[in-house]
Amino acid sequence: MNMKSKKIRSNIITFGLVIVFYAVMEAMLVTGSMSSLMKGLLVPLCYYMILAASLNLVVGISGELSLGHAGFMCIGAFSSAVFARMVGDSIPGGAELFISVLIGAAFAAIFGFLIGIPVLRLRGDYLAIVTLAFGEIIKNVINAVYLGVDSNGIHVSLKDVKSLGLLDDGEVIIKGAQGIGNLPRNATFTIGIVLLLITLFIITNLVNSRQGRAIMSSRDNRIAAESVGLNVSEYKLTAFVISAALAGVAGVLYSHNLANLQATSKNFGYNQSILILVFVVLGGIGNIRGSLIAALVLTILPEKLRFFNDYRMLIYAIVLIVMMIMTSAPKVVAWRKMVAEKYFKKSRDNEAGGKTDAKEV
Amino acid sequence: MSSFLSYLISGISLGSVYAIIALGYTMVYGIAKMLNFAHGDIIMVGAYMAYVTFTGLGLPPIAAIAVATVGCTVLGVLIEAIAYKPLRGASSLNVLITAIGVSYFLQNSALLVFGADSKTFTSLVNIPSVSIMDGEVIISGVTIASIVTCIIVMVVLTLFINKTKAGQAMLAVSEDTGAATLMGISVNRTIAITFAIGSALAGIAGVLLCSAYPTLSSQTGAMPGIKAFTAAVFGGIGSIPGAMIGGMVMGVVENLSKAYISSQLSDAIVFALLIIILLVKPTGLMGKKIQEKV
Repeated sequence: MNMKSKKIRSNIITFGLVIVFYAVMEAMLVTGSMSSLMKGLLVPLCYYMILAASLNLVVGISGELSLGHAGFMCIGAFSSAVFARMVGDSIPGGAELFISVLIGAAFAAIFGFLIGIPVLRLRGDYLAIVTLAFGEIIKNVINAVYLGVDSNGIHVSLKDVKSLGLLDDGEVIIKGAQGIGNLPRNATFTIGIVLLLITLFIITNLVNSRQGRAIMSSRDNRIAAESVGLNVSEYKLTAFVISAALAGVAGVLYSHNLANLQATSKNFGYNQSILILVFVVLGGIGNIRGSLIAALVLTILPEKLRFFNDYRMLIYAIVLIVMMIMTSAPKVVAWRKMVAEKYFKKSRDNEAGGKTDAKEV
Repeated sequence: MSSFLSYLISGISLGSVYAIIALGYTMVYGIAKMLNFAHGDIIMVGAYMAYVTFTGLGLPPIAAIAVATVGCTVLGVLIEAIAYKPLRGASSLNVLITAIGVSYFLQNSALLVFGADSKTFTSLVNIPSVSIMDGEVIISGVTIASIVTCIIVMVVLTLFINKTKAGQAMLAVSEDTGAATLMGISVNRTIAITFAIGSALAGIAGVLLCSAYPTLSSQTGAMPGIKAFTAAVFGGIGSIPGAMIGGMVMGVVENLSKAYISSQLSDAIVFALLIIILLVKPTGLMGKKIQEKV
């Protein structure tokens, strides 16, 4: 089988899995065999999958460690929430959501561009810490912002509601750390899946395009890529901006799934960025399908572990450590290879080799 | 003026604690080339150990400090041996995720053992406070203790690295792991020693931090950990004087911006400063100048 049809087949499998997942979930919804807990997880599953796939674009395809992905999600969430509150009921919910997605993606992309230009000059762990810092700054600033609208236009302040100087017809939208209230809550599982499919379409198209190959060659050998005339910074920036925009879309989904939106360290802090990174690493760096599956499993796992009550997050932590050691400790990998060779002869060789080839970032 | 001075001094005190934590990050990064995200949580465990010994068992403060230090040392070595050692040679991202797993593990263990509500930490430092400038500026005992501890730690650590065999081994491993192995240095043992020292410092930092800011919960270590990490990068990760300077600058900037600009934006200002420094000097303040790497 040649490379091209292999890629197409791989993409079809990825899209197929998402559609099958959607069909199974819908069937469970219709037949009523789904717990209310699981119902509440459907939209989060979609945005986590979008986040994981988009972060994989930066970490896996472009080869840069970013720890600020939640910051872009935060921008998407807040920009779209402000829009949703400003238009209110004046346009139908569907149109509002559609424009919100565009706005969230655009704002996140602008920030991705502004942050990406200076940040992508740095390498490796320094890049990681700076993206982490940017994520924290975004969260912090949003927590301090007050934004209101009246007939004169938009007013912004970093102090308090009073200093906005609103007219009588004015309305406060962002109330500092209290965030935004009265949101439409019109995100549904179907919309989430559609957005996920669009995300996957964008990413797989990019990866399999001329540009995608340029991005990957800059990752594999920067000097070689530069010496054949590729503008490495530009390609890395492209990947970074697209990834940020998609994280913004996930943020839109997030904000439209809530009645009150606040920026806390739990939802938009570095912990969230790290959680998304865990999806990417566990699913396989550079493997989009793997990220989706890891996001799915690791989002449902803590809920399924409710059986263990207080111990569930502890078990989650242990599972994480054990999984990391089982998949990437050199000794375990060698042992697995040995066992595989012994019992399955040659057939497993490729697979075991492929998993250990995680790229050094 | 006097209020500025007192903000400055408490900033230096906070900076001293950051510097002690940053040392742990910097040493581990210099030698094992890994970002030990669980470092902040070791601070928290150390603080809980001191809390249990002092408030729970009623033992004297010195015993509490000893328990925290020794306990954290053992914990650090155990974590290294169980979680990080098998992954030596694996990609740095995998090690990073494991460190995050360890961090979750420590936080949730603390949550299970001590419950979700935060404890009030009784200060272990009973040095009387000093007033200067005719009583206009009062320096608390904890402040003095933090600054003095930080200076002692720096001096002892520098001597240890330059004068002892183990210290020289650490330098060699951080410089070139392969060559160090060929010279007969046990890399595994050196990394274990590094973790032991870093974790012991985290234990001390936990006591100092909670003596100054008395709320203790499972999340206590997270933010100081990240900030100290920032401080380590700021000063040039891998460099001991860099960690000290980075920690001090972070602490002072944080306190001054809390006092004069906005308490909500102080974290943002600290992180923005880091970004500016890294853009101007991509390896941190002392990253290149100082060859002495740990």
